[in-house]
Amino acid sequence: MANDSQPKLSIRDLAVEYKSKGRQTVALEGVRLDVRDGEFVSVVGPSGCGKSTLLKVVAGLLQPAAGTAEIDGQPIEGVPDQIGMVFQNDALLPWKTVTDNVRLPLAIKGLPEKEQLRETERLLKMVGLEGFGSFFPKQLSGGMKKRVALARTFAYDPEIYLMDEPFGPLDAQTRVKIGEQFLRMWDAVGKSVLFITHDIEEAIAMSDRVIVMSARPGRIKAEFDVRLARPRPFYDIRFDPVFKELQKEIWAQMADETSGGDS
Amino acid sequence: MAAKTNKGAPRSASFREREYSKTSIWLGRLVVLALVLGLWELLSGRAFNSFWLSKPSLIGGRIVEMIGDGDLWFHMSVTLQEAIGGLVIGMIGGTLLGVGLAFSGIFEKWIYPYMMALYSLPRVSLAPLFIVWFGIGLSSKIIMVVAMVIFVAFYNAFEGIRNIDKDLMDMMSTYKAKWTHKLRWVVLPSITVWLLTSVRLNIGMALIGSVIAELVGSNRGLGYYITYSSNMLDTTGIFTGLVLIMAIAVVLEQLVLLLERRLLRYR
Repeated sequence: MANDSQPKLSIRDLAVEYKSKGRQTVALEGVRLDVRDGEFVSVVGPSGCGKSTLLKVVAGLLQPAAGTAEIDGQPIEGVPDQIGMVFQNDALLPWKTVTDNVRLPLAIKGLPEKEQLRETERLLKMVGLEGFGSFFPKQLSGGMKKRVALARTFAYDPEIYLMDEPFGPLDAQTRVKIGEQFLRMWDAVGKSVLFITHDIEEAIAMSDRVIVMSARPGRIKAEFDVRLARPRPFYDIRFDPVFKELQKEIWAQMADETSGGDS
Repeated sequence: MAAKTNKGAPRSASFREREYSKTSIWLGRLVVLALVLGLWELLSGRAFNSFWLSKPSLIGGRIVEMIGDGDLWFHMSVTLQEAIGGLVIGMIGGTLLGVGLAFSGIFEKWIYPYMMALYSLPRVSLAPLFIVWFGIGLSSKIIMVVAMVIFVAFYNAFEGIRNIDKDLMDMMSTYKAKWTHKLRWVVLPSITVWLLTSVRLNIGMALIGSVIAELVGSNRGLGYYITYSSNMLDTTGIFTGLVLIMAIAVVLEQLVLLLERRLLRYR
């Protein structure tokens, strides 16, 4: 698409302030971050460090107090066309069936109904939820709901996936399975990802680059390139020496932070 | 990661969700009804003079009599028209007002306290005023019913909008949804629960409104029938009127419950 020298997403000196109950809190300060086209970048940090705030700015849901955020060289104003978000709590519509939830972005785009249903079917098959189309979210397990949310975002087919601790609420085993599945799906489409998590292992296993943020006000503290070949075995990669070394280094950065913090 | 495929099977999760069989529920209800009516029938005329409290057999007889001479439908249809007409107008008006105000920014802050002040006014006392303004015909009764139901409709719609999951709205925004999409996919389904509650609460309010207005000034309707009977010292007539009003309320509420079961299938 764009030339290689221009990053897909470019954030410069970003600051975000919250005003709640008359008090001003600085959530982010001096954040500088690039995501190249097709790059998978994770942001890790202690809870409450403003990781999610960062995503909201990129999604156009929050106005920064200072600095710029650009996609394809265009400053973000309102919700950009290029982004698709996966929410921590899935944000599924409880009154709609799985099929309707997945076809939602296609319906908004105004695709003919037949095409919507065909695409929905394909995606449900891809996430392993064939035959669950007529179920309501309430009837699904946490992992299955997450897969519906993923299918919905893939239906939208954005150029940048924004993921806000998407696998946070899942149990460890489900987490690994879904992570693996997502990584495979991502490999197939090759779009950019900005992935927020507090799980270092998850971040390394998935990403091309891991960014460590400091506690509030959130700042970028360190950056690590993940030099591990793709496609990676999502779980077994954890026993790779390169992985372990990286994990140690990132943990050292994080431990510094969390010693005084709550998490 | 097993799917919860046991659709419809009772899951006694929390204390309110325990499932009882349909027959045991209805049997119990019939027993309670029979017990109350039986006691009433037995005691009336024995423990106290049946002039004061009438008795079920007399009331039943009166209802049959009224069906025979067409009085029942004559009075009931008037009250129904007033109640349902006012309910529809009040629900639509109140809901639009609530939705509008919830999305109106600072305007909400200006208007809301006055809505609550009006709400706390005992609206029953407005009945004489409406009779003076609109006469003793249908319109004064409908206005009275509207005054009774509009606040609950307003409040429920308003709270419903405020309780919409913000993440769902954000989610819709990230898919570049227009407001028509947001309305159809998120706003309306979110407030459906609130609107149904509002209708159910308002059925009673609507009947109170129409009957009160009839009591104050009218020449037909169940409220009129009750005042007329009381002027004649006809307690059976009064109780018959009350029973008929209750019957209307029960039937209407069951209709709403039916609707609710259809609309809230996903829960």
